[in-house]
Amino acid sequence: MAQTHTELTVWIGGSAGDGIASAGESFAKACSRSGYHVFAYNSYQSVIRGGHVCMHTRIGTHKVYTQGDELDYLVALNADSFQRYGKRVVPGGAVFYNTDKFKAAPDQVGPDVQLIGLPVMALAGNQLMQNTALLGALIQTLGLDPDAIRELIRERFAKKGEAVIKPNLEAFDKGMGFAREHAKPGAIRVGPGDGKRRPLAGGNPMIGFGALAAGCRFYSAYPMTPASSLLHWLVGYAAKTGLMVKQCEDEISALNMAIGAAHVGVRAMTGTSGGGFALMTEAVGEAGMTETPVVIVEAMRGGPSTGLPTKTEQGDLFQLLGASQGEFPRVILAPRTLQECYDMTIHGFNLAERYQCPVLIATDLYLAERLETFDGVNITKVPIDRGALLKQPENGYRRFADTPTGVSPRALPGTPGAVSTTATDEHDEDGIVISDVFTNPPMRKKMMEKRMRKMDHLLKELPAPAIDGPADADLTLVGWGSTYQVMLEAMERLKQEGLSANVLCLRYLWPFQTEQVSRLLKGCKMTMSVEANYTGQLVRLIRMETGLSVQHHLRKYDGEPFELKQVVDQARTILKTKPKEPVVASVVSDEGLPADFSPIESPALGAEVSRQH
Amino acid sequence: MAQVKEYIGKIKPDWCPGCGDFGVLNSLQRALAELDIAPHNVLVVSGIGCSSNLPGFIHSYGFHGLHGRSLPVASGAKLGNHALTVIATGGDGDGYGIGVGHFVHTCRRNIDMTYIVMDNQIYGLTTGQASPTTEKDVRTKSTPEGTIELALNPVALALSCGATYVARGFSGDNLHLAQLMKGAIEHKGFALVDVFSPCVTYNKRNTYPWFRERVYKLEDDQQYDPADFRLAMEKAFEWGARIPIGLFYKVERPTYEDEEPALRSGIPLAKQPLERADLAALMEDFI
Ligand SMILES: Cc1ncc(C[n+]2csc(CCOP(=O)(O)OP(=O)(O)O)c2C)c(N)n1
Ligand code: SF4
Repeated sequence: MAQTHTELTVWIGGSAGDGIASAGESFAKACSRSGYHVFAYNSYQSVIRGGHVCMHTRIGTHKVYTQGDELDYLVALNADSFQRYGKRVVPGGAVFYNTDKFKAAPDQVGPDVQLIGLPVMALAGNQLMQNTALLGALIQTLGLDPDAIRELIRERFAKKGEAVIKPNLEAFDKGMGFAREHAKPGAIRVGPGDGKRRPLAGGNPMIGFGALAAGCRFYSAYPMTPASSLLHWLVGYAAKTGLMVKQCEDEISALNMAIGAAHVGVRAMTGTSGGGFALMTEAVGEAGMTETPVVIVEAMRGGPSTGLPTKTEQGDLFQLLGASQGEFPRVILAPRTLQECYDMTIHGFNLAERYQCPVLIATDLYLAERLETFDGVNITKVPIDRGALLKQPENGYRRFADTPTGVSPRALPGTPGAVSTTATDEHDEDGIVISDVFTNPPMRKKMMEKRMRKMDHLLKELPAPAIDGPADADLTLVGWGSTYQVMLEAMERLKQEGLSANVLCLRYLWPFQTEQVSRLLKGCKMTMSVEANYTGQLVRLIRMETGLSVQHHLRKYDGEPFELKQVVDQARTILKTKPKEPVVASVVSDEGLPADFSPIESPALGAEVSRQH
Repeated sequence: MAQVKEYIGKIKPDWCPGCGDFGVLNSLQRALAELDIAPHNVLVVSGIGCSSNLPGFIHSYGFHGLHGRSLPVASGAKLGNHALTVIATGGDGDGYGIGVGHFVHTCRRNIDMTYIVMDNQIYGLTTGQASPTTEKDVRTKSTPEGTIELALNPVALALSCGATYVARGFSGDNLHLAQLMKGAIEHKGFALVDVFSPCVTYNKRNTYPWFRERVYKLEDDQQYDPADFRLAMEKAFEWGARIPIGLFYKVERPTYEDEEPALRSGIPLAKQPLERADLAALMEDFI
């Protein structure tokens, strides 16, 4: 008898060429269309035995906040994945594999784990059908609706026609049939879905979606993981939406082009990762000084330098804060969820135009590249506020007029009667450079104050930070951006154990909401930061701005996202031991590599994934 | 035809008396007046350098950006509103040194804009260091025993990178220079006008008399044909006793804007309504 759970996990592991992303996506999408909540995280790494890739998918009849950390079902597309993860499959689970590729013995897995090996060649007559056949066996064993996959097969190969669709459908049915005959139904099952076909996306597409909703018409970029999928997603919609996408010679050009387009009145955005953002640095200040509204997405990956190109980290906060010389208004947003990727991108465009300054959106690989279901976003009444844009300027128009809010009405090039020059040199209200012949200290002071004043007004309109969970909890988990959901789920887990925690996860990072954050922190009993970096960048920012110190710290900088149990375990320890001295702990993921793994003895076999830099 | 004075900015140039950049400014004002392009429809984008101060001295819209980055800003602006006449200006350090990567790629992109380089073969604003076009063995503030590197050849570089209008002028001959600029602005595509624009303060070698002795006009040679790429390349390398100025090369090729799908309607991006995406259809694709 299958025990009906409310959720389960499936990992699909193999090497880069095995088509994991597409098999994993098909599975995730079939589940999201069948009324389940889905969270999938694709862990791909560089140059390890053929480039090891593993798509972790978790589905549930309730919202699933993370990829989960238990392994119920493993689809092992190669022997390596089986060796890494076979032993981690929990009792009641199963391993699906192709017997033409490798043999598996029961002593290689734990007790009560089924080995479901498909003779793919004999079954489907073509090794290319391996993934489809294994999906069939998986769906059969899990008791999920096969029609969702059949529908996806038809969609995916629609352009190629019946000649491709038919054998795929057959292979899928053969896989199902094989499992029906040769395997027991899976013991770990989820109840029926709720019938809703939920959208499934990642952070990058949601930022792209938000940008299109906000009326972005220009996206310039230079490819860099994990921002490239934003470029790819946007390019896919360029023709339909009239977006211009420009691949540039480098990131310096990417931001400067966006600034040029924004200067003439186009809503413009660029996107990159930390290395590319480092190249953009000088132009961030250019946008600040010329008061050009531009949106810059920084999808962080493991650093420093080229770092971990395909891995996640929250290591660039100080780069974002400090980018470019001098002082100027900037906004840093850190969306925490898919919905926020969409909403905050729209908000970002509005803030950029209302306050005529650069807006930086910080995400990371974990948020940018995940696949998650969400319950829709507001697409009917998208708030668009272009700020002070003048169509017909009055006599005596001054581009950089000193106003009470510091915002100077903007007339775009091409407007009669408002001709002016915009300069990166310090300038007066007319835009006339004051740096060369006559440096004018009072004018400099006035213009600095005019620009910086914008921040005071901007700060007032940011939504207040809030604590999730019980206000009087014994421990507050403190973080920013992508670690939000793992903290929320940890809070739930702890509650089930009778422990009380809550979450303070910031998303508006700059200008810093000093008063509100201070007030919230002062109301906390105990605090523990959860950050995917080495030095605790948010903690340092909080201390810098509020004078308050978060007490304890959990950190991760191995490139993999936090696992639920890692956060729960450390929070429990803190809650139970109530340490007087600050505790700084770091955790690491187990990717199944032996501690003495040697890349010299195990050379890479055509690791396409490593070419994701 | 508009009056030249309509293009004269409020601020008087702060260049050293005799600086070649005066002639470049005058020629550009004359070219715009002759073409009768209203000042509010012109955007002059520059980088940083003495020469890059030009937007401050001309009555038109201007963007005085970062050192070396005029071309990407100008490109973004032109792609954002292709109804504008976009002109990038700057120095040899700005365009052929720190910004040369953008120069190479802008040439092959063929966006319809004009790039005027005030090539004084020295870094003026930073008081006289060697520039990418400083000739070999020349002593400058940063090369007291002479430069070791060869000079970069802007005309040959532009030609090899695909620029569709390549010219060189001399700011000692403003009428000729204005005609080259006029042709560049009228040309549909990326046009380079490299200008010998003497720095009277820091370049004591490449002076007005030095150029006057050497320059000759390609137009005066009946045999010369600016449609002939090989000939243009050959002339690009002529340097020494005789140095050619004039139009080296001109070819018609579709511009970037002509082929960019987002501009098929002909309406500039900046003029298109913001709300155009069918969000419900996009949302469907996530399902
Ligand atoms: C990133 C950066 N590096 C260096 C400088 C300093 N700098 C200003 S102008 C200039 C060179 C100027 O030479 P050129 O572009 O030939 O113009 P000119 O002054 O000769 O007209 C330099 C190096 C700067 N402004 N920005
Ligand atoms: S330093 Fe040279 S380039 Fe600069 S203004 Fe003086 S003469 Fe002109």
